Amino acid sequence: MSDDHDHHHHDQHSHLPPDPALRVQALETLLVRKGLVDPASLNAIIDTYANEVGPQNGARVVATAWADPAYRDWLLRDATAAIGDLGYEGRQGEHIVALENTPQVHNMVVCTLCSCYPWPVLGLPPAWYKSEAYRSRAVREPRAVLAEFGVALPEETEIRVWDSTSEMRYLVVPRRPPGTEGWSVERLAELVTRDAMIGTGLARTPEETA
Amino acid sequence: MNGIHDMGGMHGFGPVPLEENEPLFHADWESRAMAITVLMGGWGRWNIDAARRAREDMHPAAYLNHSYYERWIDALERLMLETGMVTEEELRGGEPQRNPPEGKAPPAPEAVAAMLRRGGPSLRSLDRPARFQPGDQVRTLNTQPQGHTRLPRYARARTGTVVFHHGAHVLPDSNAHFQGENPDHLYAVRFTARELWGPKASVRDTVTLDLWENYLEPA
Repeated sequence: MSDDHDHHHHDQHSHLPPDPALRVQALETLLVRKGLVDPASLNAIIDTYANEVGPQNGARVVATAWADPAYRDWLLRDATAAIGDLGYEGRQGEHIVALENTPQVHNMVVCTLCSCYPWPVLGLPPAWYKSEAYRSRAVREPRAVLAEFGVALPEETEIRVWDSTSEMRYLVVPRRPPGTEGWSVERLAELVTRDAMIGTGLARTPEETA
Repeated sequence: MNGIHDMGGMHGFGPVPLEENEPLFHADWESRAMAITVLMGGWGRWNIDAARRAREDMHPAAYLNHSYYERWIDALERLMLETGMVTEEELRGGEPQRNPPEGKAPPAPEAVAAMLRRGGPSLRSLDRPARFQPGDQVRTLNTQPQGHTRLPRYARARTGTVVFHHGAHVLPDSNAHFQGENPDHLYAVRFTARELWGPKASVRDTVTLDLWENYLEPA
């Protein structure tokens, strides 16, 4: 009994957070000295998500779908293949489903259990997506959450929340703003925000970018 | 497990913490923590479900007291201990033993891009036919598993409609405990907000979850 108590006591204390910077530095040093980690490989991973993989990828996917009806159909039918065709694939985006917003349905993505997020098209998730507040509330009161993002949708619109509980990853295709007919993919992509592809925002209008 | 990580529907966490011009990382150590976790996963000693299980195994108070990447590091240390990649003595600052598993080298910088592009697909082939089709009414089981599961508490013992069959995927409930992949049919199942949250919820809104056949019975 006292052993159990001590064990529990020990666990509690070892889980009090020490200075994370020191802890991570000590861990990296240990793993390098053990020959388990090459620091240059760590730099390559950080560089990938800092410079190559981010919401600019998803914006190009959405803009291409807006500009090209055949690509849109492919994206909605087999998003993994259509997105792979633009060169985006891999870790945390092995299986992707695209969800198109319409006047009747607004899609919004959350991961209540952890932080599942489509890395190849959106990069690493923002802190709010991983927050207790978003994870707990998005499924129960999505309209109140949307209001905090400045998004108000008509009562008649179905808010369709997707809780990412498997390795399927969901990408929201926001509605194309009016006044963008004939725009190039590059120009359209500037209207597609990260939040619009999570479903906590709408695409920017031409006026907002002017 | 009925852990603190399973927070769908909880009250009390306040407004969503929005931040103008949020940086990708809030400190250098966060980027190192992310990269170390990703790279160590490359040794193949555990899988993504085991990594999630390790994060969920934190004491609930500790889970909430740790920031996101602190949870990653805490779980990583425990996974490395569990799989024998490091020892308690080494983590406490003891002299490291140099022991790359089976003499292999860590993933080289030039191999990183391929590793990230490959990812870890969870789709598997399965001879057993799917029990449900889109349009079918299903009910989630009222289970309280002690181990890892991807059926959140808020969606247990609830009736919904199958909207997609995603094919057969690795079952996290067993894979997280190194008890095999046990591929099972995976479905997107849609629930009305009222089925989940009661009569005061919106009459139009819905929540869709990906659920394995193992979690479902015909309604």
